[in-house]
Amino acid sequence: MNLLSGMWQWLTDPTNWTGTGAIPARMLEHVAYSGVVMLVAVLVAVPLGLLVGHTGRGAGVVIGVSGALRALPTLGLLTLFSLLMGLGLVPPLLALVILAVPPILTATYAGVAEVDPAVKDAAKAQGMTPGQVLGHVEVPLALPVAMGGIRNAALQVIATATVAAYINLGGLGRYLIDGLAVRDYSRMLGSVLLVAVLALAADAVLAALQRAVSSPGIRTSPTEK
Amino acid sequence: MTWLPENLDLLLRLTGTHLFQSVLPVVLGLLISVPLARMASGSRWLRPVTINGAALLYTIPSLTLFVVLPVILGTRITSITNVIVALTVYVIAILVRSCTDAFESVDPAVLQAATAMGYTRTQRFWAVELPLAVPVMLAGVRTALVANISMVSVGAVIGVQSLGTLFTDGLRRSIAEEILVGVVVTVVLAVLLDQVLRLAGLFLTRWQRPGRVDTRTRLAATGGAA
Amino acid sequence: MTTTSPTPGPRAPRFSRRALLPAAVAGVLVLSACGSSDPLAEDDQSAGSDDGAVTVGSADFPESQIIAELYAGVLRDAGVEATTEPGIGAREAYVSAVEDGSIDLVPDYTGNLLLYVDSESKAASADEIMAELPDALPEGLTVLEPSEAENKDAMVVTQDTADEYSLTSISDMASVCGELVIAGPPEFQERAYGLPGLESKYNCVPESFEPINDGGGSLTVDTLTRGDADVANIFTTTPAIEEQNLVVLEDPENNFIAQQVIPLAAEDRLPEGSEDALNELSSKLTTEDLIELNQAVSGDGAVSPQQAAQKWLEENGYDAA
Repeated sequence: MNLLSGMWQWLTDPTNWTGTGAIPARMLEHVAYSGVVMLVAVLVAVPLGLLVGHTGRGAGVVIGVSGALRALPTLGLLTLFSLLMGLGLVPPLLALVILAVPPILTATYAGVAEVDPAVKDAAKAQGMTPGQVLGHVEVPLALPVAMGGIRNAALQVIATATVAAYINLGGLGRYLIDGLAVRDYSRMLGSVLLVAVLALAADAVLAALQRAVSSPGIRTSPTEK
Repeated sequence: MTWLPENLDLLLRLTGTHLFQSVLPVVLGLLISVPLARMASGSRWLRPVTINGAALLYTIPSLTLFVVLPVILGTRITSITNVIVALTVYVIAILVRSCTDAFESVDPAVLQAATAMGYTRTQRFWAVELPLAVPVMLAGVRTALVANISMVSVGAVIGVQSLGTLFTDGLRRSIAEEILVGVVVTVVLAVLLDQVLRLAGLFLTRWQRPGRVDTRTRLAATGGAA
Repeated sequence: MTTTSPTPGPRAPRFSRRALLPAAVAGVLVLSACGSSDPLAEDDQSAGSDDGAVTVGSADFPESQIIAELYAGVLRDAGVEATTEPGIGAREAYVSAVEDGSIDLVPDYTGNLLLYVDSESKAASADEIMAELPDALPEGLTVLEPSEAENKDAMVVTQDTADEYSLTSISDMASVCGELVIAGPPEFQERAYGLPGLESKYNCVPESFEPINDGGGSLTVDTLTRGDADVANIFTTTPAIEEQNLVVLEDPENNFIAQQVIPLAAEDRLPEGSEDALNELSSKLTTEDLIELNQAVSGDGAVSPQQAAQKWLEENGYDAA
């Protein structure tokens, strides 16, 4: 149990809460990195998922490629990119974007592909153009599912950003990697609790967003419990 | 291409240990998750406890488990045991949920029919319930295995050998090819094993009409943790 | 049984996550509290050797692997059967591997080995360290003769930086330290020889510290040559020091303690003739050799640690096939 008391001491030590490299600063870095990564990943994956889901073309490729992307080891990408591009924010953040894209892409695709064909036919019968069908019918119906993928990706990015600190990224992973270098378990455990808190907070925000974007007509969908 | 031809032995050895570290946790995790999920499915209180607990395990970074487990288990920090136990925890996090879903996806009418035919509870579980749950369960197993294969490499950061060793060694020796080979072999390994599981699934569910349940996309949205 | 109907089609996770924070704490508690027994037998140990064959282990970085290959090579040359077990891990891993018999011999560095077995030791020079090391080792472990070859941490700057601030020694840094950015591995922030040592021995507190975790490899060197950092903690056997014309600052206060290459072995497990062969190798090996060997295994056209070692052995008159 002295692990826990050590962790608690680290977390409550006031010197860990002020200055550069202190907990609030590291948390802010972590949030900023994760935010940028998620933004880029959403901008890449959502339009692509919508397109593939809407046209139905290339679905097999998207599912297959996403599966393979999922298997890409983040540590490998991080070290490879760093070796090829040098230090800086780009290698770790790029590795994280590649981690975040597959869950968002497959969820967005699944959300659109899953829309009942009868609903789409009804929309066409009312004279909607393909663009309108996508914008007024498919996207609203797919959003809750897509948001599920985004929540998933966010959890993974926040947890994995700690590994991305392996070479030189800031954020809460610094405590983990630096703590590992000097075998300081209190610090490592403390940072784990902070990462968990951050992940849960981010998930709560995204869950609220998910409810907000669900159109009233589908709000009783079994996605929510 | 100069690194690869010179290091085939090393690559083979690391691939072997990588495979061991990714597959064993799936087996162990399955042995733990199936009974847990069977108890949880349909239970008013156990279901939310296990499902939420599993979701929570996912927020723990893998690297943390790798370094904290030795302190809890009393193992050496570079022991392969830590990686096996940590990954088993993640596998349970994925499988408890998908196995619970799997048991709940079994049509109650079928179970009633089995009971009516005189099956005991135990017989019904092995002969009817478990086989019917396999398709949904398998999707979870495939997700867990792919996630594992990518996660095992993180062990290299604490000195546990795997294909991840090529990443840390390649970085230190500035050999991009070595890292690239590690990444490619990892992905190939994941795709191959995933296909093996898919075929195993087809074999296990050969009584089923093809395409009845699209298990692949069903769990496609539940990814792996880092 | 209750009849919760399955959700059709693909679904995002539907975890209810409201009660998760208390559960988070509980989860950590459970993790810390559960089981102290090891559910799996240790299965990663290679056979120890009582049959006259020597297993040479190495740490998980290239130089250690090269030296392990050199040890195995000279043993074979002396007629002792020897195999290598490369990349065992950090010091705590390979030291216990020697203790539990998975390996018989491993290359180490005098200063860090002494601090590992006696963290209170204040020994700094090569002689001081060797005066304490043999007695500080736990039962069952022994060291042979140290080599003149050494690989220790050092403060390194570019020629331009050295000229700009007229730096030849770390002492010269004191007056300008507040303007300098230091790069190094993360542990440099906290280890006694790191930032604390620079402050207490040289009164040097840098403007900031940039952690780079590549073992003083090419990324650390790039940071220095691109000017993103002014000073870097790089190992003295890094080939880039010569290639990039970098300046290693002198260390008059012995902040960075001596790190001679030394064989760490299991007592009584080395066959006859092994000790002499290893001591002879240690007397031949130089720091320049280490630099060249490191160069051979890095970058484009790199050879394996084994090949690099083989070449050195042949050039130095050994028959290690």
